[in-house]
Amino acid sequence: MEQLVYKKPDSIKDDFKISFCPGCDHGTAVKLVAEVLDELGVRENTIGIASVGCSVFSYDFFNVDIVEAPHGRSMAAATGVKRSKPDKVVFTYQGDGDLASIGLAETIHAMTRGEKVTAICINNTTYGMTGGQAGPTTLIGQVTTTTTSGRKAELSGYPLKISEILKEVDGTAYVARVTLDSPAAIMNAKKCIKKAFEAQIKGLGTGFVEILSTCPTNWKMTPQEAHARVRGEMSEVFKPGVYKDKVSEAL
Amino acid sequence: MKKERQLLKGNYAIAQAAIEAGCQSYFGYPITPQSEIGEYLSTKMPELGRAYVAAESEVAAINMVLGAGSTGVKAMTSSSSCAVALMQEGLSFIAGDEIPCVLVSVMRGGPGLGYIYPSQGDYYQATKGGGNGDYKIVTYAPASVQECVDLTYKCFYVSQKYRTPVCLLADGMIGQTMEPAVIGEYPYEEIDQSDWALDGAKGRKPRFIASIEREQEALRKRVVKIFEKYNKILENENIFEKYETEGAKLVITAFGSIARIAKAAVKLARKNGLKVGLFRPIMLNPFPEKLVAEIAQKVDCILDIELNCGQMLQDIKASISNCASTIPVKFYGRPAGVMMTVEEIYKQIENVYKEIVEKKYGTACI
Repeated sequence: MEQLVYKKPDSIKDDFKISFCPGCDHGTAVKLVAEVLDELGVRENTIGIASVGCSVFSYDFFNVDIVEAPHGRSMAAATGVKRSKPDKVVFTYQGDGDLASIGLAETIHAMTRGEKVTAICINNTTYGMTGGQAGPTTLIGQVTTTTTSGRKAELSGYPLKISEILKEVDGTAYVARVTLDSPAAIMNAKKCIKKAFEAQIKGLGTGFVEILSTCPTNWKMTPQEAHARVRGEMSEVFKPGVYKDKVSEAL
Repeated sequence: MKKERQLLKGNYAIAQAAIEAGCQSYFGYPITPQSEIGEYLSTKMPELGRAYVAAESEVAAINMVLGAGSTGVKAMTSSSSCAVALMQEGLSFIAGDEIPCVLVSVMRGGPGLGYIYPSQGDYYQATKGGGNGDYKIVTYAPASVQECVDLTYKCFYVSQKYRTPVCLLADGMIGQTMEPAVIGEYPYEEIDQSDWALDGAKGRKPRFIASIEREQEALRKRVVKIFEKYNKILENENIFEKYETEGAKLVITAFGSIARIAKAAVKLARKNGLKVGLFRPIMLNPFPEKLVAEIAQKVDCILDIELNCGQMLQDIKASISNCASTIPVKFYGRPAGVMMTVEEIYKQIENVYKEIVEKKYGTACI
């Protein structure tokens, strides 16, 4: 007898075409967000914001209404959507360059206002879509196309620790940093993403999840090596964990 | 607010008209000389259960407008000159996305920080834009507080009907002037936005609003479609004022606040027997080229007057060259700082009239 053990979430389009590189964690992240939308039963009441970067093609995957924002402006666009339609579930799906570099002001101020939205940030320590330049989260010593002998603090400063900053922002209700390097980590990431959505649904404030993700193409690694890097040097600098959880407190 | 004549400041008139027009969401950042708009709406909008957000920057404000507009509500921001400059990226996206929205731009003097004196130095900024790609911002320029009301209504209507960003281009003088005006009811039909706006994909396929277009032919078609819209707007939504242009030998072209002073100078000229008229485009973009060409074919000369170094002047000249007219186009302009008086404009009219129409002596125009 046949038994259904796994299926595509309804919040992923039937005719989706993956445009991410092989081994990239984006695919897993998108799937987790979609599963959470399914489980919360909000797919038909959700408006997503597509940002600029590898995440720009969100509309190819997410089976929800989506509006595209200019580079870095997703949290401002999300504010506009949510304030105009307060009953909608609103989320952004952004890279670290989009959220933490060009869009840092929009990110911090939207969260300072406690906008009832959810922000998912894919931190892969590089500008993936443009070919692997140094970004706000590039680690010290990391070789990129613009730090060819490794990032040096005296020349280009330090990696920005976005979750540590956002936990201090009064309007955030949930802040967590997760990885996708093992089945257990993926299960945990999904729980955290769900809480980040519950933060807005319960009206507590902004929900935020930073996902430490692989970029095998630009890191010039195999997917296995890339996950080992997430577990190793990335997690040493960007410590995974729940940084703020008003959702559990509210229960 | 009562629907009777009252003493009103331009900026407050715009703000209350936005409320009457059904503006559901306002996002803005303070800058003189338009801060009263945000101040007024910060109290009124929440009272009405509508959205007011003090944005952290004009960059954020215009992108909040983008998000709000994508849900089909009437959304607006207001700003000025160097801060409208910060919105250009967002405006390009909004035009490409075909999202309706209203931008109120109350000009100050520039370049850079300049100062808050009345100026029309942002004609180029409004009508030519600083954003990337092929698009236009439909632009209306009020010359009175009453027109601040009427054109705010028009801006919301045109933006909603054609799904396009529309700019109300005022200047510090109009924004700060107090004069009698009536805030009547919003006179236009409501445009149904439900066939494209985002409201959650309930029982239908998801919608995607974006300017990105990966297919070559689709990208080309998108821009062509947007420009067809501008042609329709020019055809259906153009507004202008013609004053004493019939039988005129010399026609003054001017827009916004300076057009009012120019009109007084034209009246004086008529009183003194000079055959002078005024053409005031109220819709500045798309520019009413044909109307200017028609006038050019009937007069000896056009004298363009602006509070800048000659910006609309280029559209006037282009309109005339397109109809193969060879009449001279004179210009009298002054960048931000000191307003022109009726007498100063009259003197220019008289000089040009004597030189071109009566062929007497040289002109003192810059």
